[in-house]
Amino acid sequence: MSEHEQDAIVEDGSSETAADQAGHEEALHVEAPQETASHLHIDRYEAAWIRISVGVLVVFMIAVTISSFAIGIQLPGVYDRINPNELYEPGSPFAEPGLRELAPGKYEAYFRGQIWSFVPNEIHVPVGSEVTFYVTSQDVQHGFKITETNVNVMVLPGQISTLKHTFDEAGEYQIICHEYCGQLHHTMYATIYVEEDAPVADAQ
Amino acid sequence: MAVSTVPKTGVAARVEPVPLTQADINVADRIAGTSIFIAASALLIGVTLGVMQGLEHVGINLYVYVQPWVASYYHGLTMHGVLNALVWTTFFIVGFFTFAIVRSLNRPLRWPRLNVLALIVMVFGLLLAAIPMLSNNATVLYTFYPPMKADWTFYMGLTLVVVGSWMAGWGFYATLIAWRKEHPGQNQPFIALTISITMALWQLCTLGVAAEILFLLLPWSLGWVSGTDPLLGRTLFWFFGHPLVYFWLLPAYISWYAMLPKQTDGKMFSEPLARLVFWLFLLLSTPLGFHHQYADPGIPQAWKYIHAVLTYGVAFPSLLTAFTVIASLEVGARARGGKGYFGWIRRLNWGNPSYAAQNLAMVLFAFGGIGGITNASFNLNLAVHNTMWIPGHFHLTVGSATTLTFMGIAYWLVPKLTKRNLFAPKLALAQAWTWFIGMLLMGNGLHLLGLHFGAPRRSMLGSAPYASADWNPFLYESVVGVIFLSISATLFYVVIVGTLFNRRLTVPIEMPIAEPLDPTPAPKWLDNWTPWLAGAIGLVLLSYGPMLYQLIRDMTMWSQPWRVW
Ligand code: HEM
Ligand SMILES: [Cu+2]
Ligand SMILES: [Cu+2]
Repeated sequence: MSEHEQDAIVEDGSSETAADQAGHEEALHVEAPQETASHLHIDRYEAAWIRISVGVLVVFMIAVTISSFAIGIQLPGVYDRINPNELYEPGSPFAEPGLRELAPGKYEAYFRGQIWSFVPNEIHVPVGSEVTFYVTSQDVQHGFKITETNVNVMVLPGQISTLKHTFDEAGEYQIICHEYCGQLHHTMYATIYVEEDAPVADAQ
Repeated sequence: MAVSTVPKTGVAARVEPVPLTQADINVADRIAGTSIFIAASALLIGVTLGVMQGLEHVGINLYVYVQPWVASYYHGLTMHGVLNALVWTTFFIVGFFTFAIVRSLNRPLRWPRLNVLALIVMVFGLLLAAIPMLSNNATVLYTFYPPMKADWTFYMGLTLVVVGSWMAGWGFYATLIAWRKEHPGQNQPFIALTISITMALWQLCTLGVAAEILFLLLPWSLGWVSGTDPLLGRTLFWFFGHPLVYFWLLPAYISWYAMLPKQTDGKMFSEPLARLVFWLFLLLSTPLGFHHQYADPGIPQAWKYIHAVLTYGVAFPSLLTAFTVIASLEVGARARGGKGYFGWIRRLNWGNPSYAAQNLAMVLFAFGGIGGITNASFNLNLAVHNTMWIPGHFHLTVGSATTLTFMGIAYWLVPKLTKRNLFAPKLALAQAWTWFIGMLLMGNGLHLLGLHFGAPRRSMLGSAPYASADWNPFLYESVVGVIFLSISATLFYVVIVGTLFNRRLTVPIEMPIAEPLDPTPAPKWLDNWTPWLAGAIGLVLLSYGPMLYQLIRDMTMWSQPWRVW
């Protein structure tokens, strides 16, 4: 298709002005069969604009490509599914969700979204920890956004969402549910305490 | 059907044109008037609720005074989304199109009864959906994500509204086809063609939401099946959700391209390119819905990447539009004595409220469009997904580019339909400017709340425990915008209702149709439906087929229905 367009588009060097055309007062409803143009005429400035537009969009496309493949932007993807009606079965990691230490400075955190809270509703990690989050919902759709980070994912019943983040600065981060989940949706949040002197790490 | 009586001997067969009589005009105009009346009534309720939302965010809770009609913030928000984004837009568009296609083709509707029936089906659907929605039995917001369950009549009603709009579209196609038979060898008139392209795009994309409702939500809300699959539901919804925004936008584009230049003494700059723009929208606006699901689990990153790239593709026709429309208006401003690189801008027809509203809508859309392109990048999307940035964005697009343009159109269309003078044009002008200022302030405040603080959207922020005092400057900025908007909305209804009771029209009004600057008709390949339609369907199959196949194959009907309000 695009090649065909290329053939048909011919640039019109002699950009005509309004004054040249002002004489043509032709009605829209021409009754006689028309002589149609064989080429698409494009005004000079318009052609320049088209080039700029295409250029800008191609730059954006390249940027997305680089960020997806070269840098490896973390976008939620496919991980695993879990039946929301079986979250409490033995062996389900969401029966007693929470923080687990995998290695020094490396954690995984399981969260269960439910109307209208996250379980657990707070975790503590030392500064510099890399935390992988696993989240699912036991009822309706929820959201999971950690303030001041790019951790932002939908929480759907039936799906496990996962994203990773390294907390380089101490402080309080909020996990906010940003998908409408009912009457008290605006009260649904949890807190991550990123602490200088790792109290949780000693307590296993 | 009736069409089979037309001999199928190809373009050579000349069929006598059917003249447009006053009776035909009356039918079309009655449909248009009724549709637009319903649209404006929906918007009246919708914007009132919008103002209540804005005030709640700064701690002014008006919901306590309107019990039980608006039972909660979320009950109001559901009505705000449905009435503004679905009812106001769809009914206005169908009405405006019915009016315009008849003028563009100078020919009666081919099957006027079908168009009347279409409107009846839409109204019936609206009533059916309104009952549960108004009675707080469908407080699921306008995206109705499962497994939150509304009353089944809500889904059924919305489906009928969509089916009615399809029927209206069939009526338009039939009219255009009849015209082509009567005018062999001639290009389809611009307005009729672009109306039909818009309806074709709508027909294609609504298949997604129709499938979601018919196969997943209706049987489940009726209790025939016990579970549903939320991810599949979201995917079918967003198959429809992105082209939906073009369904809102293209009618505004039709006015900007083909009517607005005339309203400022201009002509259509490169009309053939404008046709190309609409074909490109038909081709490109559906196969990119995963950009609304960047943050979803269960959809591979590769598909998100492909849709991201295609999203930049569909920005191209909008960039073309920016140039062409501005050039067309410049032609007008210079004909009115405008001079200089930018000096001509002052000579545009700013004194005319219909013109001013639409030009201001365009300016707001420029901001909205830039924001939209940035939304499409992964990184920024994760920063702003489901934050207040998003309502900040779409109040500039559907809330302004579309809505303010439609208000501008109403300033000539309502006098035309009611045969009465526009009431208080100065107030109408003030309406356009207050909307402009209000949306700028509200849009800016909401964008920044989302970007800086990750303030969530769809949330009763005035009562949220995590709300922080740092948000206040931005919340106050947006609430100043909300106050401007409430003044603007009041002025709109004063002008419209005033017009209904105003004196009889003194000067007759015709639909503005801008002539092309260069009268040479567009090349034939821009008048041919087949390649573009086939391309659009092909691209949809390629970009959605494999993933939909997988999601349906792996479908798990685990989710029970929930009522959480
Ligand atoms: C007086 C004018 C308006 C005001 C003050 C207003 C205000 C708002 C506010 C504050 C929100 C955010 C609510 C939240 O996320 O919690 C919102 C959402 C929304 N608005 Fe408006 N709005 C106005 C007009 C419009 C118009 C004209 C349209 C469309 C034609 C529109 C469409 C929407 C939609 C679709 C949502 C999202 C609903 C949802 O998240 O489910 N609004 N509005
Ligand atoms: Cu929530
Ligand atoms: Cu989109």
